[in-house]
Amino acid sequence: MSEKVITLDKVNKWYDDFHVLKDIDLEVIKGQKIVICGPSGSGKSTMIRCINRLEAHQKGTIVVHGTELTSDLKNIDIIRREVGMVFQQFNLFPHLSVLDNISLAPIWVKKMSKKEAEEVAMVYLEKVKIPEQALKFPGQLSGGQQQRVAIARSLAMNPQIMLFDEPTSALDPEMIKEVLDVMTQLAEEGMTMLVVTHEMGFAKTVADQMIFMDEGKIVEQASPQEFFTSPKSDRTKLFLSQILNH
Amino acid sequence: MSSVASTYKIILWSKKNLFSSWINTLITILTIYFIYEVSFFFLDWAVFKADFLTNFRGERIIDRTFCSKNIEPGSYGACWTIIHVRFYQFMYGFYPAAEVWRVNLVLFLLPFALVAIFFDKIPFRKYFLYFTLVFPFIAFYLLYGGPSLTTVGTNKWGGLLVTLFLGVTGIALAFPLSIALALGRKSNMPVISLLCVIFIEFIRGVPLITLLFTANFMLPLFLPEGASPDNLLRALVAVTLFQSAYMAEAIRGGLQAIPKGQIEAARSMGLTYWQSTRKIVLPQALRISIPPIVNTSIGLFKDTSLVLIIGLFDLLGIGRAALADMSWTKLYYEVYVFVAIVFFIFCFAMSRYSLYLEKKLRTDNN
Repeated sequence: MSEKVITLDKVNKWYDDFHVLKDIDLEVIKGQKIVICGPSGSGKSTMIRCINRLEAHQKGTIVVHGTELTSDLKNIDIIRREVGMVFQQFNLFPHLSVLDNISLAPIWVKKMSKKEAEEVAMVYLEKVKIPEQALKFPGQLSGGQQQRVAIARSLAMNPQIMLFDEPTSALDPEMIKEVLDVMTQLAEEGMTMLVVTHEMGFAKTVADQMIFMDEGKIVEQASPQEFFTSPKSDRTKLFLSQILNH
Repeated sequence: MSSVASTYKIILWSKKNLFSSWINTLITILTIYFIYEVSFFFLDWAVFKADFLTNFRGERIIDRTFCSKNIEPGSYGACWTIIHVRFYQFMYGFYPAAEVWRVNLVLFLLPFALVAIFFDKIPFRKYFLYFTLVFPFIAFYLLYGGPSLTTVGTNKWGGLLVTLFLGVTGIALAFPLSIALALGRKSNMPVISLLCVIFIEFIRGVPLITLLFTANFMLPLFLPEGASPDNLLRALVAVTLFQSAYMAEAIRGGLQAIPKGQIEAARSMGLTYWQSTRKIVLPQALRISIPPIVNTSIGLFKDTSLVLIIGLFDLLGIGRAALADMSWTKLYYEVYVFVAIVFFIFCFAMSRYSLYLEKKLRTDNN
């Protein structure tokens, strides 16, 4: 039952001279929820952005769902259909209504009919609990609502894996919960999730693996229990003390 | 009551903005005096003291010697009869009178072809857009001729017809070309991007007049011997290339304003480069670039008057021809003011439209 859906093997990436990712090894099993944390500039966003090739790695291999990510555009398209991504800045399309935002990819990538795609879109809008906003434009919604639309938009492609890149960092505090609730629900339904976040409460309840990254390396990988109660590395201890006691 | 309130508001406003200090008051009074003098002089010349069809003695004006200003010493009013006499040419050039209904029909249909482009919230917009797509073919068939319509060679076209033809067609053809150039310039493929940069910078670095000469003399060299493309077509090629380079830069500005996250979101959902360009990037980028596009279009519309250099009779060319006529010569002011007014009407309309759009874009984004 432990089907590997993502494998990173000795992945390295440079921005010019700057070595962002150093020999990253990671295995993700189907249904696993992994929370990645670490100081800014530690490479955590870059790592998950490599998984759907928004960033290209230069050394090592990344295999997603049995397909290796290379510069081959066909493979990249296959993987992007399987992997959904939610961004810090939501990145909704401001010129399209909420409904059009969500049905766009099903229509153009999955070649669904407009009617079918809109039905799918409504299903996911129900799921994120804002079906009444379907005809509004992103600019008319609150940040929390926009991020929930962004989640629905990713889910509408029926992905096997969801990547979350600091999904609550751009939100006002009172809106964080509504987004985390949706993510928790998604986790309970068995979605494979990689989440970059500093929401340690969420991590404790949802994650089954914690990863701490620093300076482009995975410093520590452990179950949440172990991670929060007895972290091994000093760097992790320091980070946790800073983030939990502020 | 409200009229009292608004009068009061005007007084308050003037007090604050026009008469706040003695120097401000002085400038206000001098400016008002200047505007009054200039406009009074102009109206005097153009309307009150002017001849239209008859001179001050009531005689019909048949040539320049009948103009009041050429009879009466000290009289200076305009003699508009030259415009009246040449009006047909100003509008149509040497288009045969029996066929001129075709031009009129095209001019009548033109607004219907443009309305869907200019306004996005009109009823039945989809059908208007279909019409926009077929309009160029209808217009060409009507203007040039074809099955069951006699051919009217472009050497017979002139006046406002040529000005509008070059302006509208040049802008319309330049639009898709400029999108391709703008996307090409931002392309990851170095050869394509380099070619686009060279093309844009070359065209922008050269005056339109040079391009017109080049098109006029060099285009025949690239074509098989004996095939001589017509003069208007040569000018159209030059004007289109010229406009496409400027529009491409306007669109590039719009493309740069689209946050990278928009493209990432589109690509991460599996949309291809072309799909994300068409559905996400261009709709947003073009909206931002419409005001600068309209600005360059106004420039181009006026620049079409340069085609008189290569022997085409646009509005200004017809004016020059009218002045060359011995019986009407020397009525420079009348001709140039008339040509200026016609150009002004079109350019002012475009500029108002651009302002309307800017306002609309600002409210749409809120």
